[in-house]
Amino acid sequence: MAFELPSLPYAEDALEPHIDARTMGIHHGKHHAAYTSNLNAAIEGTSLDGMSIEAILGDLDSVPEGIRTAVRNNGGGYANHNLFWQIMGPNGGGEPSGALADAINSAFGSFADFQSAFSAAAATRFGSGWAWLVTDGGAVSVTSTPNQDTPLMDGGTPILGLDVWEHAYYLNYQNRRPDYIAAFFNVINWDKVAELYAAAG
Amino acid sequence: MAERSDGLSRRDVLKLAGGAVLGAALSGVSLADDGTFALPPLPYAQDALEPHIDARTMGIHHGKHHAGYTNKLNAAIEGTDLIGMSIEDILGDLNAVPEDIRTAVRNNGGGYANHSLFWQIMSPAGGGEPSGALAEAINSAFGNFADFKSSFSAAAGSVFGSGWAWLEVDNGALSLSTTPNQDSPLMRGKTPILGIDVWEHAYYLHYQNRRADYINAFFNIIHWGKVGELYAAAG
Ligand SMILES: [Fe+2]
Ligand SMILES: [Fe+2]
Repeated sequence: MAFELPSLPYAEDALEPHIDARTMGIHHGKHHAAYTSNLNAAIEGTSLDGMSIEAILGDLDSVPEGIRTAVRNNGGGYANHNLFWQIMGPNGGGEPSGALADAINSAFGSFADFQSAFSAAAATRFGSGWAWLVTDGGAVSVTSTPNQDTPLMDGGTPILGLDVWEHAYYLNYQNRRPDYIAAFFNVINWDKVAELYAAAG
Repeated sequence: MAERSDGLSRRDVLKLAGGAVLGAALSGVSLADDGTFALPPLPYAQDALEPHIDARTMGIHHGKHHAGYTNKLNAAIEGTDLIGMSIEDILGDLNAVPEDIRTAVRNNGGGYANHSLFWQIMSPAGGGEPSGALAEAINSAFGNFADFKSSFSAAAGSVFGSGWAWLEVDNGALSLSTTPNQDSPLMRGKTPILGIDVWEHAYYLHYQNRRADYINAFFNIIHWGKVGELYAAAG
């Protein structure tokens, strides 16, 4: 059973002006699509076929060595982008509420302090990668990963992620990654992030 | 790349020059009179490599990315013993760099050196194939130029994330390698004589996700005369 590229949960231009339609179209239709088909090609005919992506990435040591790098890179790319589309929305922005807000305040002091910690993680990731808000046993923390690595590989559950590969922002922001990071906060779908936080228990 | 044909280190040159303004050094790496690194100018106009590399990409790549690495490198080494050392000496012995600035020097010093080489080994009059001793070395290492081209292209295509593919020299022998991010063959004691930047910033405005097209186009602008010179100097 092959993995399928999920459709975008909104139109390609829905996140304008923060993320432009052309970037969304290529990012989803080319980059995410390629991770998906490369992942499927790597696992075809192996015992991984039929496993969930979370189970696969949570135990990469069990992946046959001959396909481990391909699964790590493309499986990571598949999962990371699945999450990324979901935690953004045209009606996003603002601040979280409820239990998620409590967890953020307890970990960072305030939403503003969380925003600066997350932005710094995204800005300082050198090269390609992601910044994350991760939950592990109810507590939340900020981290970053190189390339398409995911917190799932370390047993954490990512509930918010920002793609800082240059392909995520170069057409609109070029070298100005900090502007892209600041704009991202206008499109975060906090309801979805809270849902993921609740589901992660 | 920034090897001086007279065998002098940057520190020697600074001493000889007695603090005078030196202007551009021999190989694309420029010095300022205070021993900091200077952004070398592009050796051709920003639109000179069109249509293979577009003018806007060249302008941002040189004026923002390379300039950013240069500034951050200088900020990292300010007030340290590294001031006055050549970038080759610094990158060739990162373990000797104070730990608190090692990552900054590795990333930004690598970015400084890599881009300084990159501009030089491209040219509007580039393309074709190498000749002379370099051609012989390529044939001896790879069989023929076509095989070299496909191996180099495969290496550049295989870099996952940001990085570079290289043709490098070690004791006269040529080999291919790739590095992540701004790591340089200099960090492994090898001399890079040809490199292609496969960070997405190097091609995204023009090629987007089509890295293979960018790699293919790069072969139309390789300045083989310069690569041959660097090969001879590394000998
Ligand atoms: Fe991406
Ligand atoms: Fe670059």
